[in-house]
Amino acid sequence: MSLEVNLEYKDDVLCVRLSGELDHHTADIVREKVSKAIESKKIKHLVLNLGQLKFMDSSGLGVILGRYKQIKQVSGEMIVCAISPSVERLFNMSGMFKIIRFEPTEEIALQKLGVA
Amino acid sequence: MKNEMHLTFRAISENESFARVTVAAFIAQLDPTMDELTEIKTVVSEAVTNAIIHGYENNPDGMVSISVVIDGHYVELEIRDEGVGIENLDEAMQPLFTTKPELERSGMGFTIMENFMDEMTVVSKKNAGTTIRLKKYLTQAKALSN
Repeated sequence: MSLEVNLEYKDDVLCVRLSGELDHHTADIVREKVSKAIESKKIKHLVLNLGQLKFMDSSGLGVILGRYKQIKQVSGEMIVCAISPSVERLFNMSGMFKIIRFEPTEEIALQKLGVA
Repeated sequence: MKNEMHLTFRAISENESFARVTVAAFIAQLDPTMDELTEIKTVVSEAVTNAIIHGYENNPDGMVSISVVIDGHYVELEIRDEGVGIENLDEAMQPLFTTKPELERSGMGFTIMENFMDEMTVVSKKNAGTTIRLKKYLTQAKALSN
């Protein structure tokens, strides 16, 4: 498998760390694992750490936007952190920079959600 | 020196990474920058994903073809499918437009291809397929003829 999804729970915050390549093929794995975790563990907030992501295309944007909508439904907050310049370009192009919150590191993201 | 390669593979999502890595390996001989390599891998991924999801509507019997021509300082890519075709090209090229929101498609594929490459032409015919032609001029390419 070319993408690893690591999940960690801190109270009502789910921390998702992706390493490898996020494309159409691997986006399904993210959708399935993260959706299931949000629903079954009463998760309110989501931290998405992309620090170890080696590749991402627009399928990645789609699955991230999908999780953003999911977390908004429970009035939670999603923070994306540790993005590379090339991933940043994709977020900029899609306008997602305007709606999703970004932080430089996972530690800062967790601090903002009060679970660091 | 002009060089080219042709690749045909089954329209399944497992082949998305195969396609972009293979094209990247081929153009490596032009000595592109890391950014240029990332851009080309991304556009190959976008075009192949479109062929699989939209062109063939996830029918694994479809075949996707890629041709790559490199000549000194530029890369020409052609990604073809013989799928259902795009009914309304103008609409399809609009940023954030997608016919498949239920599949969490972002609608950014063509916008990314246009942004990352210097030229883009799309030819599509209903029930005959779609051909995307992309061209990029590399900044630091070393002339192969020297």
